[in-house]
Amino acid sequence: MGLEIGLGHYLTVAAILFTLGVFGIFINRKNIIVILMSVELILLAVNLNLVAFSAQLNDLQGQVFALMILTVAAAEAAIGLAILVIFYRNRGSIAVEDVNMMKG
Amino acid sequence: MNSDITDFASLAPAYPELLMAAGALVLLLVGIVVNKEKSSLVSWLAIGLLAATGVLVILQPADGVIFNGLFIADGFARYMKVLVLGGAALALVLSLSNAEENGVHKYEYSILAVLATLGMMVMVSANDLMSLYVGLELQSLSLYVMAAIKRDDSRATEAGLKYFVLGALSSGMLLYGASLIYGFTGHTNLSEIVIAIANEGRSIGLIFGLVFLLAGVAFKISAVPFHMWTPDVYEGAPTPVTAFFAMAPKVAAMSLMVRLVMDTFAPITSDWQQIIIFLSIASMVLAAFAAIGQKSLKRLIAYSSIGHVGFALVGLSSGTQVGVEGVAVYMAIYVGMTVALFACLLSLRTANGGYVETIEDLAGASKARPFVAAIMAIVMFSLIGLPPLAGFFAKWMVFLAAIEANLYVLAVIGMLASAISAFYYLRVVKVMYFDEPKDEFVAVPNELNIIMAVFGFLIVTYYFTLGNPLASMAHQAAGSLF
Repeated sequence: MGLEIGLGHYLTVAAILFTLGVFGIFINRKNIIVILMSVELILLAVNLNLVAFSAQLNDLQGQVFALMILTVAAAEAAIGLAILVIFYRNRGSIAVEDVNMMKG
Repeated sequence: MNSDITDFASLAPAYPELLMAAGALVLLLVGIVVNKEKSSLVSWLAIGLLAATGVLVILQPADGVIFNGLFIADGFARYMKVLVLGGAALALVLSLSNAEENGVHKYEYSILAVLATLGMMVMVSANDLMSLYVGLELQSLSLYVMAAIKRDDSRATEAGLKYFVLGALSSGMLLYGASLIYGFTGHTNLSEIVIAIANEGRSIGLIFGLVFLLAGVAFKISAVPFHMWTPDVYEGAPTPVTAFFAMAPKVAAMSLMVRLVMDTFAPITSDWQQIIIFLSIASMVLAAFAAIGQKSLKRLIAYSSIGHVGFALVGLSSGTQVGVEGVAVYMAIYVGMTVALFACLLSLRTANGGYVETIEDLAGASKARPFVAAIMAIVMFSLIGLPPLAGFFAKWMVFLAAIEANLYVLAVIGMLASAISAFYYLRVVKVMYFDEPKDEFVAVPNELNIIMAVFGFLIVTYYFTLGNPLASMAHQAAGSLF
C-alpha cells in the first residue's frame, strides 16, 4: 500500500521551509551568511508552493512565476553578497551582533 | 486593447516605461564615456529623463491593458506615476549639492535612481502578481545599492545591509502570499482573481494569502508592525538617499496597496479592512510616541513618515472612492512637505563641514539662516496639520472619508495621535528659534533655495493655488478604480 503524495504534503513541506527561513533570519545570532541562506530558503519554499499548485491546477502560469523568482533570487543574492563584502571591509566582521551602530 | 507586441503603436500605454528603460541604458553609456569629474552631467540628464517621462505621462494619456493583461494604464496609475517621477526627480536635484561628501557623486547613483523609478512605475501599473513582483524587485534591488552607495562609510553600509535583509524577508512574505492566492484562485492576473473571488467566495487559504501579501506591501510603506528598518535605514543612509527613500518608493508602494485592496480584493472588503485599520492605528500611535524621545533628526523624520503612512491608511480604511481620493491627495502633499523638509536639512551645514545630525545642532538656526528656519517651521506646522497649511487639508480629507464610512473610533484615534505628534514637531521649532546658537552655518546652494521657496509658497497658499486642481485630479484618478 503506497502513500499517495498529494497537494497537502507539498504545501506542508513548503510551509515548514518558509517558517524555517523566517526563524533563521530572526533567531540566528551568529552569521550574516546564514541570513542570506534563510532568504533563499524562503524563496525556494515559495517556488515549491507555486509548482505544486501549478501541477494541481494543470496551469502553466505557476511554473513561469517560479522561473521568474529563481532569476530574481540570483540577482538578489549577488547584491546581498556585494553589500556583505563592503560591510566586512568597513567592520572586519560579519557577525550579526556587530550590526549595531544604530539603535533606537 | 489588442496586445500584439510586434506592433509598436499598440504599446502606447507603456511608452513612458519604455522611454525610461531605454534612457537608463543610454545614461549608462554616457556615464562610461564621459570622464568622472563631469558626473553631475549624468545627474542632470537623469533629472531631464525623469521630467521628460513625466511630461509623456501627462500629455499622452493612453489607457489600456497590454502584455497579455500584465500591465494596466489608467487614470490612477498616471496620477501616481506623476507623483513618483516628481519625487524621484526632486530627490536627485537635492543630491546635487555636496554630492561628493555624501558619496552620491558617482554617476551610478542617478542611474540606479532611474532604474528604481522604472521599477516603481511598473509596480504602479502592475495588473498581475508576476509584473507586481518584478517591478517591486527592480525597485528594491536598486534601493539596497543606493542605501549602501557611500561604501567607505560604516553607517551607510550597515543601513544597506539592514535594508537588504528586511527587504528580502518582506519580498519573501509577499511572494508566499502571492503563491497562496494563485493556488486558491487559479490565476495570477489581478482582474481574473477578482472574478474568481467573486464567484467562489472566500476560502481560508485566500485569507492567508491576503495577509501575507499585505504584510509584504506594509513593509515597503513601512507601516507598523513592519517598520523596524525605517529609522535605522533613514539614519544610516546619506541624507540625499534618505530623501529619495522618503518620497517616491512610499508613493509607489502605497498606490500598489490601494490597487490591491480596492480592485483585486474588493469582494472581500470586510477582511482587508480589519488589516488596514490595524496597520493604520498602530502606525499613527507608535510613531507619535516613539518620535518623542528621538535625538537624531533623521530618526525623527523616519518616525514622522511612519505616522504619515498611518494617516494615509485612514483614508484607505474607509474603502470608498472619497477615501482613495484622500490617499491620493495625502501622498501628493506628503511628497511636497518631504521635499521642502529635506531641502532645509541639506541647507543647514555647519562651518566645520558637517550636516546637522541631532535636533540640538539646529540651535539658533533662526538667527544664522532665517529663511531656512522659517521654511522649516512652516513645514513642521504643516506636518502637524495646522490650518491653513497643506498638511491640514491632507488630514482633513482622509478623516472626512473615515467619518463618512462610520469609522468614528479610527478618526478619533487619528486626531489624538496627530495632537500628540505636535509635541515633537514643535520641539524642533523651539530649538531653532529659542535656543542659543552653537555653530556657524555655511551658505546655502541656489537650487535648494529655489526648492524651499517654491514648496514653502505652495504649502502656505495650498488652499488658493494647488487645492482645487489637485482635488479634481485625485477625483479623476480615484474614479478610474471604481
